Amino acid sequence: MSIVVGKTSKAPDFPVAAKAALKNDQLRRNVHHATNVIRNKRALRVEEMPDWEQLRSAGSEIKAHTLAHLDHYLIEFERNCELAGGKVHWARDADEANKIAIELIRHYGGDGPGVEVIKVKTMTSDEVQMNHALEAAGIKPIETDLADMIVQLGNDEPSHIVVPALHKNRFEIRDIFRDKMEKPELTEQPEDLTAAARGYLRERFLRTKIGISGANFAIADTGSVCVVESEGNGRMCVTLPDVLITLVGIEKVIPSFADLEIFLQTLPRSATGERMNPYNSLWTGVTPGDGPQAFHVILLDNGRTKLLQDEIERETLQCIRCGACLNACPVYRETGGHAYGSIYSGPIGAILSPQLQSLEHSRSLPYASTLCGACYEVCPVKINIPEVLIHLRGEVVREDQKTLSGKLSAENIAMQAAANIFLSHRRYEAAQRMARIGQTIFKRDGQLTNLPGMAGAWTRSRDLRPIPKQSFRDWWKSREKKDGANA
Amino acid sequence: MHYNTGYHREAVPLVRRFVEMFRDAEAVCVPSASCVAMMREHYEMMAEADGDLKFIAEVKSLLPRVFEFSELLVNCLGVEDVGAAFAHSVTYHPSCHSLRMLHVGDAPVKLLRSVRDLTLFELPQKEQCCGFGGTFAVKNPDVSLAMLTEKDACVVQTGAEVVTALDNSCLMQIYGGLHRSGSQVRTMHLAEILAETGGAA
Repeated sequence: MSIVVGKTSKAPDFPVAAKAALKNDQLRRNVHHATNVIRNKRALRVEEMPDWEQLRSAGSEIKAHTLAHLDHYLIEFERNCELAGGKVHWARDADEANKIAIELIRHYGGDGPGVEVIKVKTMTSDEVQMNHALEAAGIKPIETDLADMIVQLGNDEPSHIVVPALHKNRFEIRDIFRDKMEKPELTEQPEDLTAAARGYLRERFLRTKIGISGANFAIADTGSVCVVESEGNGRMCVTLPDVLITLVGIEKVIPSFADLEIFLQTLPRSATGERMNPYNSLWTGVTPGDGPQAFHVILLDNGRTKLLQDEIERETLQCIRCGACLNACPVYRETGGHAYGSIYSGPIGAILSPQLQSLEHSRSLPYASTLCGACYEVCPVKINIPEVLIHLRGEVVREDQKTLSGKLSAENIAMQAAANIFLSHRRYEAAQRMARIGQTIFKRDGQLTNLPGMAGAWTRSRDLRPIPKQSFRDWWKSREKKDGANA
Repeated sequence: MHYNTGYHREAVPLVRRFVEMFRDAEAVCVPSASCVAMMREHYEMMAEADGDLKFIAEVKSLLPRVFEFSELLVNCLGVEDVGAAFAHSVTYHPSCHSLRMLHVGDAPVKLLRSVRDLTLFELPQKEQCCGFGGTFAVKNPDVSLAMLTEKDACVVQTGAEVVTALDNSCLMQIYGGLHRSGSQVRTMHLAEILAETGGAA
């Protein structure tokens, strides 16, 4: 079994990728602007809810319960979906999911070259790199979500879970459209860009016979699937084609139709700052004479069951992909999504990608956070992301310490020495005295400005006050002596 | 530092040491919100992972007696005016752990408002992290600096002479950027301001 999560395995470490992103002023302006807009809208829509905290708790509890009984609910979903005329397939990993999708497309669309499929935004299909697999099989996937279309036409990668082209402004989008749609006169006016996209897409909606969707929720007690979206392209994709293939991560199942009451309040508010999504599509199996006449669901594991075994790791699977943590994260806001080297970026990406994929490919991601807690605060299903990050850091360190180079790394040696010093006040005071003497050669105008080793990463851009002549401990002791003398 | 960086095994003896030093204390006052957050969020979990029942019980008994500095003054002792005087303009940075983990709320602001001659300026985008994040500052120095640059710009924008917080680690970061850029704005821990009695600062 090979677990693939986007292109993480080829990605550079986060600090390296981040450094490159930080040099791109246009990108940073775009990301700042977009995250500010969504963040402020979200705050407005959350503040007006008197029961927001209860909704968060309810969402978290439903998800935690489902994950604890996932086998039960998945089988219930399969049974009810098939009773309604759908067909459920189980995929262990990305390869299996893609193979199933390609076989289905071949079965319904024929073996000829240039079979087209229309797609409604699905991060899960990006996770398994479905477009690449389809293209390699001679199938042409057409993304119909406006932002996904921009990313696809620009040969780009998504940089945000909800708004994947957030890193592009309208001038850049105009240039992509001019080039790929052969519309050299196109302006950057939002109305013009929308009209161009609409014309381009409408034609494809009407002629394409096979649709591929993801799912926001798979409902066990009815066997229904739910997709929420803002543009109406999803509604087109799940109703117009003859055949619909829906790719669903196994963690997307919820027990009951009634549970939507919670998530349809928290998801749109968290994701885009809307009270309700403009389009909420729900479908159950096949209805003769109405909508797709063949409906297939691919349930994807791709590393998820591994996370179920650990109580802390399992929390990650509660995610409903609202992206609120990305918009709130001060690190994401500086770097944008591409620096994370995974289609899942920001705080949730920093915990999800390394867990789905084995840690070695993305071991810098758990450290791509200051643990400021802004992500946890906004999470509509209360995933304690800082806690999971710390847990994963523990795994990284334990793995490192198994190797000789890890044991001898400057960081490990410094951490062992520090732990040893902190355990004894004598050693601590001696270390302070030594540092006080040692620092003199690094002092410039009373400041430490050019320290060696790991501390150099600090002083390259920041000054440091030298250790004062009198420590707090010394001051406290002298104060006690004085008090004693006065008594 | 150890636990947050992933050195979980190494952190346990430090917790034991803390319990040994403070087990008999009536109250433990900690001048760092992030240290208190570490204790409240993780000590019990660390002790439980260690499995020693006596150790777990001692941690559980000690934790309710551990207070962050401003919490102790305002929430426990009901003190807002400590009799300090400080004739300077000050802006307050609510550090992430004081804000989102300890929920100290306006306790520090109440203390600052009661200081004679002190002018308090509101910090724009105050809830944004300063970019310190412990070892993050050296593991991701470029992102850390980008975050710091935004924070320091907000500090300078207030026109305050002094920026204060409940965490010396954040203040070390904020100072590092301010001083490197030649700014005259000073950093002081809240306790340092409350210790001022009106002489030359």
